[in-house]
Amino acid sequence: MAQIIVVTSGKGGVGKTTSSAAIGTGLALRGHKTVIVDFDVGLRNLDLIMGCERRVVYDFINVIHNEATLSQALIKDKRLDNLYVLAASQTRDKEALNKEGVARVIEELKKDFEYIICDSPAGIETGAHLAMYFADIAIVVTNPEVSSVRDSDRILGLLASKSQRAEKGEEPIKEHLLLTRYNPERVARGEMLSVDDVEEILSIGLLGVIPESQAVLKASNQGVPVILDDQSDAGQAYSDAVDRLLGKEVKHRFLEVQKKGLLQRLFGGRE
Amino acid sequence: MNQADLTDQDPIFRLKGNMLAVTVLELARNDLARLDRQLADKVAKAPSFFNDTPVLLGLEQLTAADAELDLGALLDICRRHGLLALGARASRPGDIQAADELGLPLLPSASGRERPVAEPQTPEPAEEPVEEAAPAEPPLQPTLVITRPVRGGQQIYARGGDLVVLSTVSPGAELLADGNIHVYGPLRGRVLAGASGNAEARIFCQQLTAELLSIAGRYKVAEDLRRSPQWGKPVHVSLSGDVLNITRL
Repeated sequence: MAQIIVVTSGKGGVGKTTSSAAIGTGLALRGHKTVIVDFDVGLRNLDLIMGCERRVVYDFINVIHNEATLSQALIKDKRLDNLYVLAASQTRDKEALNKEGVARVIEELKKDFEYIICDSPAGIETGAHLAMYFADIAIVVTNPEVSSVRDSDRILGLLASKSQRAEKGEEPIKEHLLLTRYNPERVARGEMLSVDDVEEILSIGLLGVIPESQAVLKASNQGVPVILDDQSDAGQAYSDAVDRLLGKEVKHRFLEVQKKGLLQRLFGGRE
Repeated sequence: MNQADLTDQDPIFRLKGNMLAVTVLELARNDLARLDRQLADKVAKAPSFFNDTPVLLGLEQLTAADAELDLGALLDICRRHGLLALGARASRPGDIQAADELGLPLLPSASGRERPVAEPQTPEPAEEPVEEAAPAEPPLQPTLVITRPVRGGQQIYARGGDLVVLSTVSPGAELLADGNIHVYGPLRGRVLAGASGNAEARIFCQQLTAELLSIAGRYKVAEDLRRSPQWGKPVHVSLSGDVLNITRL
């Protein structure tokens, strides 16, 4: 049974697309056939992060409007055989999405894929609503600062009330917190909310904490999902998060201020 | 929320209960000349108050010993001094009849007695004075129990009854109840008990970190609440007179 995962946040720029790319790639690395769908119509970025921007011919909107078939629009990842991307349209806007069309495309994807990752746009309007509407699992990406936490809280409210599962009275969407851009030094200085603060306010399970990392920017610019950079702290943190998503118990790392010792560098942080 | 379908069947109006605080002009004696003088004094002192201010005429203190009241003249005096009579409360049959003749709505008196004149009236308790009249007994509603977190932007209303929340109430979330509100998780949102005017309603919480507390329209915002030594503590909130009392549980 295919699982639909929405990666959402409310606030923009917190790392939804980076996380969608990393988690989608991580699932594919672990042998699950996965597709990542970009719902950010008009401001498409996923193709860049995934490094497939030069191969986009047809997009999600073309499929919704029956201007192309799904197999024409799905872009196969160059690195992994079981990973696909469905790009958003750059020329249209969110109004080009409609519930019936999205439902049809998702139904079709469900036949073929184990995991469907919906990369939500920021905001709470049509695009974000449709990205979350059909979800089974939600990954709420949050930065450790108050406005991001507030927006995530709002999104959690919408997940609990405006999704298909909520409307049909089914079991609620499984909610996970993914804390990104975490900087333990700044937390220690009191400049950033701590993991505990955010967990307390949002009261949902913690899927992972991704440290603020140069590797993320580098990966984005190169079009390589950061999870493939297994030397980087962010890559390892995403890897742990994917394992947790698949039900493994993995201890959280990168939560404490690290001494910049050579040995610790070599052994990849604590423990 | 769903868009309303504007078909023919859809009602274009709603009958809503509402509680308004309204000034009552209570007449102790039937002496209109003196009333005129004293009102003029008041107007001189607080002209801004007498600016088409709606008032309720309280004629219940008049006894049989008082002479028959010229209600028309009383209304004239009110109008001259910037008071608009919404209605009257009266106990003497003569006054009731006079109000009826002038088309002035009669409201149940403070003691709860119904007006003895049978005339169909819309059930609009809007003009009912909050501070005196007992609000109509609402039918008992089952308590609304919420077990999942109430998130920012969500609003939960327990109409006609109590609300119990067993989980977190996030900043920006709003809890409303006509009765009491109990919150057992951290309370960071807005809480309005006695939303339709029940001043007896109370708020109970385990951790007072609310953005706003309100009972029957009297409220305190976080800025004031934070100064309270009870901030962050388990408390119980009640209304006495106009003041919200926050007491440690």
